[in-house]
Amino acid sequence: MKTLKYILPLLIAVFISSCTNNDDVLILDETTELNFIKTFSNAEHTVDVFSTKKTLEQGYNDLYIRIEEKSTSTYIKNASLTWKPVMHMTNKVHSSPRSTITKTEGKETLYNGYIVFQMAENALEKWDLTIDYTIDNVNYTVKEFISVPAAVKKNVTVFTGANDIKYVLALIDPKEPTVGLNDFKIGLYKMESMMSFPVVENFMIKHDPRMPSMGNHSSPNNTDLTFNTASKIYEGELSLTMTGYWKLNLMLYNNLNQLVKGEEVTESNEASSLFLEIEF
Amino acid sequence: MKNIIFLIGLLMVFQTVRPQQKIYETAILEGNQILKEIIIIGKKRKGVDNKKHTKPLSSLGQFLEESSKINMIKRGNYAWEPAINNMLSDRISVTIDGMQIFGACTDKMDPVTSYVAISNLENVVISSGQHGSENGQTIGGAIDLKLDKSGFTKYDSKLITGFDLGYENNSNTKIIGIETNYSNQKFFLNTDFIKRSADNYFDGNNQEVLFSQYNKYNFSAISGYKISSKEKIEATLIYDEATNVGYPALPMDVSLAKALIGSVNYEYSNAETFINTLETKIYANSITHVMDDTKRPNVPIHMDMPGWSNTYGFYIKSKAKKNQHALLMNFNGYYNTSLAEMTMYPKNTSERLMFMLTWPDVITIYSGLYLEDKIKINATTSAQLSARFGFQHNRIASDFGLGSLQIFYPHLTASKNRFLPSVSTQITHKKKSFTYTVSLGYGERAPSVSEGYGNFLYNSFDNFDYIGNPYLKNEKSFEFNTKVSFKKKAFNISFENSFFYLSDYIIGEINTHYSPMVIGADGVKVYRSLDNVLQFNSALNTSYKINTHFTTNASIGYNYGKEIHGEYLPLIAPFSYKVNLLYKKNVFTSKIEIVGAGTQVNYSKSYGEDKTKKYTIFNFNTGYTFYINNDVLTVKTGVENIFNNYYSTYSDWKNIPRMGRNIFVNLSYILK
Repeated sequence: MKTLKYILPLLIAVFISSCTNNDDVLILDETTELNFIKTFSNAEHTVDVFSTKKTLEQGYNDLYIRIEEKSTSTYIKNASLTWKPVMHMTNKVHSSPRSTITKTEGKETLYNGYIVFQMAENALEKWDLTIDYTIDNVNYTVKEFISVPAAVKKNVTVFTGANDIKYVLALIDPKEPTVGLNDFKIGLYKMESMMSFPVVENFMIKHDPRMPSMGNHSSPNNTDLTFNTASKIYEGELSLTMTGYWKLNLMLYNNLNQLVKGEEVTESNEASSLFLEIEF
Repeated sequence: MKNIIFLIGLLMVFQTVRPQQKIYETAILEGNQILKEIIIIGKKRKGVDNKKHTKPLSSLGQFLEESSKINMIKRGNYAWEPAINNMLSDRISVTIDGMQIFGACTDKMDPVTSYVAISNLENVVISSGQHGSENGQTIGGAIDLKLDKSGFTKYDSKLITGFDLGYENNSNTKIIGIETNYSNQKFFLNTDFIKRSADNYFDGNNQEVLFSQYNKYNFSAISGYKISSKEKIEATLIYDEATNVGYPALPMDVSLAKALIGSVNYEYSNAETFINTLETKIYANSITHVMDDTKRPNVPIHMDMPGWSNTYGFYIKSKAKKNQHALLMNFNGYYNTSLAEMTMYPKNTSERLMFMLTWPDVITIYSGLYLEDKIKINATTSAQLSARFGFQHNRIASDFGLGSLQIFYPHLTASKNRFLPSVSTQITHKKKSFTYTVSLGYGERAPSVSEGYGNFLYNSFDNFDYIGNPYLKNEKSFEFNTKVSFKKKAFNISFENSFFYLSDYIIGEINTHYSPMVIGADGVKVYRSLDNVLQFNSALNTSYKINTHFTTNASIGYNYGKEIHGEYLPLIAPFSYKVNLLYKKNVFTSKIEIVGAGTQVNYSKSYGEDKTKKYTIFNFNTGYTFYINNDVLTVKTGVENIFNNYYSTYSDWKNIPRMGRNIFVNLSYILK
């Protein structure tokens, strides 16, 4: 009875709050699960960028975009968008691997894609992001500098393969590693030019996760990553037997099964030159 | 602090006017019941036969070792692990007054017997094979530790206190025991406290065995209240704490092992009704076990490895008698949670701590019914039938833990149910001086928490990490036992044989695809089942009373264990023998004993064993009782391993040497 005495008022409070919510006509906000990153703006629109992470970060970033028409305070639902991140280095400029932007499935006001920032900003070198979009055959653009701090652990790597081609390889999943079997996803891009980074298709990535602090302990039942033609990324399975720092040693093979980069981990060779890192 | 406690103890001993009559006693009673043995440890204020006692303040492990059915696996000088019929913890049932209790250490550093002390116990009932299934499922047998209670008085109330002191020179072991007991016609309260502390011991080459020290104390209180002439209630509380326990055979020690054990029971007894007694008990116990590697030099990585095991249970037991039948029914159940963690501290302190669950919070719910009928067929023949049917449910309560195991078993679900039957039958027939006993049994057991759900459990014996297997089948055992005994006047001889045919025998097998977690381990073994395993034990015991003063006993044992089409099993005792000569005249007793074993010929290389050498050691002890006015002072003293032989037995983990020469003195004060 005593507990009921406390529960009843709680129940009532819940009822009241839910009723009031139902009565209001809400402004549709589909970004509650996302983190706000930055507002881009031009005369007609504000363009808000959101991320699944708290901030932008070196490596793979899942990004969401919402366009609000300033005059009507409504969200644009039929825009088509493209984007271009540019790194302004002291001696050159380059872009980064990125997806196209599509309307987010199941959402009305959101568009999404990803960008792989293969390097972090520093005091002298910064990223900017240009978003071009078209609404009812009218073209608009916004552009702002963005902040891309370095990742704590190596989640992206740029390397030159045995074929002298430059690649960008980025960790996509696991974003929140757990002890157990994790979905393992990697993005692989070829640096065609300073501005063009197309997806590399039909390669294969072998992996061997190790804990250097535990005598290079490995984990069992890992699955190598193969190219998924639908998602355009490499997918496999990663098993982690405990929390802590893991070095994910990789070996990249091309579609002819020739080794492009990386070495096997053995007693005498502690790590591959191609690797990513996870710590949790 | 230690010294102060010791001093207080001494003072109390010499100042107490009314110390209690109390002697710890060991004697082996073997009646008609084949395959059952009772070791008497202590009886509060009851007339105790002190003919055979050797070392009244032995540890419980030493008492158990006296039994011909038990071997103790030693990882140091503390917490020895009992084996019955060469089967260890997972294959035997160990209970305290019928209460289920499970160790909290993933590396078996805390067998149940390490959480009680001799001061708690009246006797220990050891049952072989399926004869031990009264309290739970078993394959090898059962040990039930019976708590010591003074009971109610017939007339007046009594308040009695008692003291014991012991010292052993080899390991500088100090033992002190204190107790107070109050009882009247309707109520009793027994309390006792015992403390043992030991430094490192020295082997037969006078080498110090590092990390063999220990420190333990135990407190218990047992109280009873008589509701009516037929009904009583009792409550028990035991607190046991061991600290700074060294395990020389293991890479780690234990900083804390503690148990809190409690129970309440109600008993109805009426000799006139069909149901003679009805007893029901509810109990709970909680164990915390913390391993410690901080005192070890050159540890590759520092680890914290705590474990917890909590058990809640009940039983309802009733005895009935009708005509030639003596019936026993025991319905029991328990709920256990076993959780063990491992946290590793990387050398690079900027890295995050590494954490895993080695026991993934496994919940075990068991309930079972045991039925037994002892039938007196005629004056010379009797039979016994018994059966237990158990149901066990296991569930992994931790998602983290489930995830860890899904690495090895991707489709693993959290829950698993098992049905566990057990039956046995026995016939005893007497003819002139001979008694013949034959028994048959069948039993099954579920895998233990480690066998089913262990995650990278390091075994220093074979230097492998072990992974549990939740899909293991129940282990099954068919057993066949025979015993022939002959008794004529002063001569007694018995010959006993036990055969066990085990299928789905659970044992670890190397899996080369897995990489060990423990730095320096040779690899990973995963538990799996062997199809056909045969175990065989044979024992010949004789005793002869030469004259009124001298008695001699001799026993030899042979054991065998092998996968039928494979290797020998590990930890199977080699040929062993024991001979003693007892002398008794009035209050003076003395015993000389020879104990030894042959070379371990059938050893298991793949489980880390080697050919353990044969050994023979000699022990001597003597006791005298002084009567001074009303006081009785009993002094027991003796020498173990008289010739300071350096030896190690098959049951010594990683061949750590046994203790060299050891001189002990035990004092007991008795007032009549």
